[in-house]
Amino acid sequence: MRPFKYVRASDAAAAARAVAANPRAKFLGGGTNILDLMKEDVERPNELVDVTRLKLSEIKAASGGVSIGALAKNSDTANHPLIRRNYPLLTQAIVAGASGQLRNMATNGGNLLQRTRCQYFYDTAMPCNKREPGTGCGALEGLNRIHAIFGWSDKCVATYPGDMANALYALDAVVRVRGASGRERAIPVGEFHRLPGDTPQQDSNLAHGELITAIDLPKSNFAKNSYYLKVRDRASYAFALVSVAAALELERGRVKQARVVLGSVAHKPWRSLEAEAALVGGPASEESFRRAAEAALAGAKPLAHNGYKVELGKRAVVRALMRASRLA
Amino acid sequence: MSDEFDESSGPELTADEEALLKEMPTLTDVGQARRTFMGQTIAGGMGLFALMLLEKERALAALCTEPGAVFAAAPAVENPVRVALKINGATRTLELDSRMVLLDALRERLELTGTKKGCDQGQCGACTVLVDGRRVLSCLTLAATVEGKEVTTVEGLAKEDELHPVQAAFIKYDGFQCGYCTPGQICSAVGVLAEARRGDVSHVTEDVNASTTRLTDDEIRERMSGNICRCGAYPGIVAAIREVHSGRESARTWRFVEGEELARVRKEWEADETV
Repeated sequence: MRPFKYVRASDAAAAARAVAANPRAKFLGGGTNILDLMKEDVERPNELVDVTRLKLSEIKAASGGVSIGALAKNSDTANHPLIRRNYPLLTQAIVAGASGQLRNMATNGGNLLQRTRCQYFYDTAMPCNKREPGTGCGALEGLNRIHAIFGWSDKCVATYPGDMANALYALDAVVRVRGASGRERAIPVGEFHRLPGDTPQQDSNLAHGELITAIDLPKSNFAKNSYYLKVRDRASYAFALVSVAAALELERGRVKQARVVLGSVAHKPWRSLEAEAALVGGPASEESFRRAAEAALAGAKPLAHNGYKVELGKRAVVRALMRASRLA
Repeated sequence: MSDEFDESSGPELTADEEALLKEMPTLTDVGQARRTFMGQTIAGGMGLFALMLLEKERALAALCTEPGAVFAAAPAVENPVRVALKINGATRTLELDSRMVLLDALRERLELTGTKKGCDQGQCGACTVLVDGRRVLSCLTLAATVEGKEVTTVEGLAKEDELHPVQAAFIKYDGFQCGYCTPGQICSAVGVLAEARRGDVSHVTEDVNASTTRLTDDEIRERMSGNICRCGAYPGIVAAIREVHSGRESARTWRFVEGEELARVRKEWEADETV
């Protein structure tokens, strides 16, 4: 690992200023991803600003919904009574990810900022536009079984690997951030991550030095009928090949409101407005869910080795909706 | 190859190990125990094996009992950070390279080698320790970040002569083969049991909104999935955790021996050179 200066931030403003002042500085949360990447020589910060002791870990009721601190641990978030009762989809998504140890370490803000698991990104002997802009994409015509089927560019076909963000997107969550100047802004989760385009080195729309302070969840009508489905190579402790955050508001057997967000299929959580449109107003039935699944995957553009994700994605959408509506 | 392993005297210590033992008098008994390891496990039964583990842990824990002692900085430290670490109840102040993770601080600076380095990148769980009572991966935890927090390693679980119930259960149920993942498995299991008592849910919990603290075997497997065992000792691990969690003991197949009985059995091993 390359040498770096370790700084413990005293407050959020100082932390944001410290990182903003040094283009090679990074925030340190739980460290579960950045330390791994530093050991692999993929991340090379020369300064880490430890923000874990800032008072940003509260989970509390706020304006009809719940506000979760950016530095609350994933495990505390998943198990908080307010989350389990009102947003079970979020609990399910968090506990589908990583291991007990990692969830005890990982912060909510850090979880949003986790980087791709593309093997070409991790392997410094390989070309990767995300790791080293201009070197090319090893996965585009390489081994791309775990890669994107939506929204990719010829510069990058990596996916966002997380689970939590998919549920947050389905729950209309908003990310609160604070810049070095003290300016605060609110970014809807769906606009937090971005598609690769020509600048895949940028995973999110955060500016350098902007610190995530909280994630706000609005009041939700999805608590009764939601489900997070994760499909992976083994039953536990693996990243998703495809995941689905499904949330329904049902009224007398008909769908009043719907959210369908797919994970591990694009450079960001992939919400399917087409599937949602196919669901709303219709009955909660397997037939209707199948139509929604067809709509969700209609625009998929698979690569050489991930064509299976299209059919898998359809079946996962149907299964998730069946579980959400308690038909399965 | 057969002449390299003399079965009549048991495994011998290497020159390095002999030198190490001379420097650490508290370890002499452990060295003795290791020489007669095969005799113990066969003739003495598992009670003595447990005793041997306990002795080893006491000896290792004793290496670091000087409260407030400042350890000299290792050579080639860059960006040094001075960190007061609370490990197994004792505080040690170290000057560390900012890059040093807790795992390396434990093993390389504090000689607490119970915590194992497996993959060193958060995929195997061998380095699991407890920080403020919660299981974490010491390979992905910068030592500087745990200042002021209570770190418990596998060496700190036993209470004097008494193994932690999870340790005892692992021995009883043969929850290991090579033993390399075992300290991590045990620390993780201690964490799992605390999480279950709090009512934490898992990926296989049917209704995350219902409150239950009961762990089924599937729950144990899921919650322990971050600890990989390449020997495949999983059935024993699940059985051990199940017993401690449920509090329902099944018959123990071993016992501790002490005093005169221990001396007598030791004499027998020394006399018996056939094992």
